[in-house]
Amino acid sequence: MSLTHDIEFTLNGVKRRASVRLDMSALDMLREVIGLTGTKYGCGEGECGACTILVDDMSLNSCLMFAVDCQGRNVVTIEGLAADAKADALRAAFVEHGAVQCGYCTPGMVMQASHLLATHQDADAESIKRGIEGNLCRCTGYTKIVEAIASVSQAGKGGARP
Amino acid sequence: MNVREKTRYIQPDTLIGKRIPKMDAPEKASGKTRYIHDIDLPGQLYGKILRSERVHARIVSIDTAAARALPGVHAVITAADIVDQRPIGVAKDHLPLKTDKVRSLRDEVAAVAAESEQIALEALRLIKVEYEDLPILTDPAEAIKPGATLIHPEPRQHASEEALKPSGPIAFTGKPDNIAMRFDYCHGDVVQAEAESDVVVEDTFKLHYVTHCCMGVSGMIADFDSSGNLLMYSNTQVPFLHKREFGEILNMDPARIRIIQPSIGGGFGSKLDIYPFEVICVFLARAAKRPVKLVFTREEEFISSPTRQPVLLTLRSGCKKDGSLTFRTVHTLHDNGAYTSWGATTPFVMMQTFSSLYRVPNCDYHTTAVYTNNPYAGSFRGYGNLQATFAVEAHMDKMAEAIGMDTIDFRLKNAQEQGEVTGQGMEFDSCGFKECLTTASDRSDFRRKFAENVKNQNSPDPIKRGIGIASMLHVGGGAKIYPSDGCGTILKLDDFGQATLITGASEIGQGSETVLSQLVCEELGLPMSAITVINNDTAITPWDVGVHASRTTFIAGNSALGAARLAKAKILAAAAKKFDCPAEELDLRGGCVIKAANGEVLIDLPRLMRNLHFSDKAELVMTTFYYEPPSSYQDKRYKGNVSAAYAWASQVVEVEVDTETGIVKMNKITAAHDVGRVLNRLGIEGQIEGGVVMGQGYALTESLIIENGVTRNPNFRDYKLVTAPEIPEIEIAFIESMDGEGPQGAKGVGEAPAICVAAATANAIYNATGVRIYGLPFTPERVYRALHGKGEKLYLAPQKAA
Repeated sequence: MSLTHDIEFTLNGVKRRASVRLDMSALDMLREVIGLTGTKYGCGEGECGACTILVDDMSLNSCLMFAVDCQGRNVVTIEGLAADAKADALRAAFVEHGAVQCGYCTPGMVMQASHLLATHQDADAESIKRGIEGNLCRCTGYTKIVEAIASVSQAGKGGARP
Repeated sequence: MNVREKTRYIQPDTLIGKRIPKMDAPEKASGKTRYIHDIDLPGQLYGKILRSERVHARIVSIDTAAARALPGVHAVITAADIVDQRPIGVAKDHLPLKTDKVRSLRDEVAAVAAESEQIALEALRLIKVEYEDLPILTDPAEAIKPGATLIHPEPRQHASEEALKPSGPIAFTGKPDNIAMRFDYCHGDVVQAEAESDVVVEDTFKLHYVTHCCMGVSGMIADFDSSGNLLMYSNTQVPFLHKREFGEILNMDPARIRIIQPSIGGGFGSKLDIYPFEVICVFLARAAKRPVKLVFTREEEFISSPTRQPVLLTLRSGCKKDGSLTFRTVHTLHDNGAYTSWGATTPFVMMQTFSSLYRVPNCDYHTTAVYTNNPYAGSFRGYGNLQATFAVEAHMDKMAEAIGMDTIDFRLKNAQEQGEVTGQGMEFDSCGFKECLTTASDRSDFRRKFAENVKNQNSPDPIKRGIGIASMLHVGGGAKIYPSDGCGTILKLDDFGQATLITGASEIGQGSETVLSQLVCEELGLPMSAITVINNDTAITPWDVGVHASRTTFIAGNSALGAARLAKAKILAAAAKKFDCPAEELDLRGGCVIKAANGEVLIDLPRLMRNLHFSDKAELVMTTFYYEPPSSYQDKRYKGNVSAAYAWASQVVEVEVDTETGIVKMNKITAAHDVGRVLNRLGIEGQIEGGVVMGQGYALTESLIIENGVTRNPNFRDYKLVTAPEIPEIEIAFIESMDGEGPQGAKGVGEAPAICVAAATANAIYNATGVRIYGLPFTPERVYRALHGKGEKLYLAPQKAA
């Protein structure tokens, strides 16, 4: 039987404990142990970005991170962006710009975009494309996603269109 | 005393053509939307499938004793445990759990339901299967030869006598050859036409395996209630067809099957057929007497999902010196894989492109779909049209060059026009094809760039620029391939003026809920905030064929519009009575009844609704409408007006080819689409951009590599989807031909944008380098080899017609 381990970490601003299997990914912990399903499984091997979360302000694929490695860290998921005014603008931009179709990649895309804009406030279209190249989308062809992110970046606010 | 309200006027406004955000986008962008993966039922077990380890083998024995003994395992099933297993698929040649034989590496041998995924996986590892290998057949050209190993040879010994009748399903009766399906079509006389041609060209094209790669992997939940009724949480695109088919497959009354579709993480045609995993999930739920959830891993998704139909295709075309087309002869060989799904039937669409995209007076078309031990092919956005268009448009360029005619002029000379009835019997009531051609070519400055690129082919610069064009014809008003191609709508208005649209049309991410709401709100003068959509439960929604053939906006749109018009008539009649004036003088606008002439508000809708409801007659506004398009079944020779409208498009692709590395960079795509009319500008742009990039993947990066029946790249690392930095600039031009039958003039557009890209890219590479490449995708290696005279030699011997 698998061994479990108790960890303590901050999830979306709230300190909490969780008991997790040693071989469990952070993605499975979020979805199955904690019950937050906004973070999506797309490939399980870090190729698609659907499971993107922020850990100590770094964006990463939660499918590639062991749950036990969340110990002592500050973890933010798509649900945690609910109270964030900047993220509100980003989510609204995704809606207004038609950046959402089936929506399965969207939470990961919003997380990655939020991280990109936190670290590159004035990202232009080209750097936005680079910034989300680890996030796959099969529906939109990315154009509207790039437009949405650009509309809330400092560069985009000047009226620049990708 | 009441103070009389000041008279209000509402100015005319329209929702049509506006940029309307997708209604479910706020939930999706917040991570709140529940997909199949996010749903858990109390008491739910987890299902997992054991697949074949061999490409083609006899199953000697399956030992499940150890798996059954594992704590936490509730059910282990093999074919032996399922009495009266019935075949699935288009040709009924596929048993969900394999009985005596596995025919491809994806084949389902056993399945487990357990208390957790981990336990289920552990149980799979404990199942011992003994195989005896059989000869592997993975080349369709070999499979078709007399004496080839048969993929479905037997009458099965254990099947009932009933099943073994010659009319019984292939899964039981077997098949004396490897031919899964044949299609033979002709109009005119190609032999005579060839004799009269000034130029004749012939080439063989090879179209490869790609797969849908929906971001949400496949899955379902099956749950029986205590009366034996089955509830399925399913990702299907065709819930009503599945209800009936599942009834047949499970030997139960379809009336006792209910399908609920949670939000779907991408479809693209992948969810049109019933797959073994869905039936197996039901078998497990029945065996375990608990709800069972079965969800794929990404690797499983790659290995066991259907693919786009791979095709080897020989096209022979002719024209006269004046540029008029004379004939086309087409032979195609479809690698069906081990079982028959929709891929085998893509000739329905392919032959339309050969017979009717351009005016061709004589056309012969023959397809043979052949069983092999490869993964089987299904339906995928475009449905054979990407393959057909790839060949047709290469020949349009070749013939134009051969007779020394401008390639756009050559196309214009042969392009279909409004009013044309083609050799196949398709009737073009609206047709913006020529406008698509001229718009795409003018906007991209095609002629100038084309000539300049030809001149630069021999320049010392290793980077060559190319420009290419391709056009397409696709159904845009449904496709009558079932006894009904209709869709039902129930519309109700409540006491507060809120409309509820209950539609049979499924939402798979394409935005149908938004565009249907828009049509209703436009008719009833309501804001988009005043409508709720129910579209995902067969116990509630009226019948619809399903999401396929780019039909939803057109068919479900007309259905929604029909229900809205009935509601409007009822509302206006009530208002006319109340205000004692003819209903014709009234209209609905801004949530109010107004005087049509000047927009003067008479009453707001909620108040009128309450007046109507709480009056002596006590009425509600609830309407129903079923829309059946005025299209017809094709006859046995595949002739007939199969769709109520047709979509057209021309796309120009601009590339840079690095002749030293073979890397093709797609810089720009100019896409001119005859969409009838733009309803939701935001949504339709999204459909076109997404389709174009899917087409880009087909052209440049995507290839499911199958070697000896083994899928070599079942992951996103080696199966290359296009990523954000690689996308071209996309310029879209809408040609609004205002179709007379379409809702507000609109036609379907779902599949259209993906169809032309690979064909136009091939033409662009030729324009850049003078080298034509006949196989896809245009990977650096394939392009480099072709540029250095080491391209593939392709040949397909013509098949005899049946």
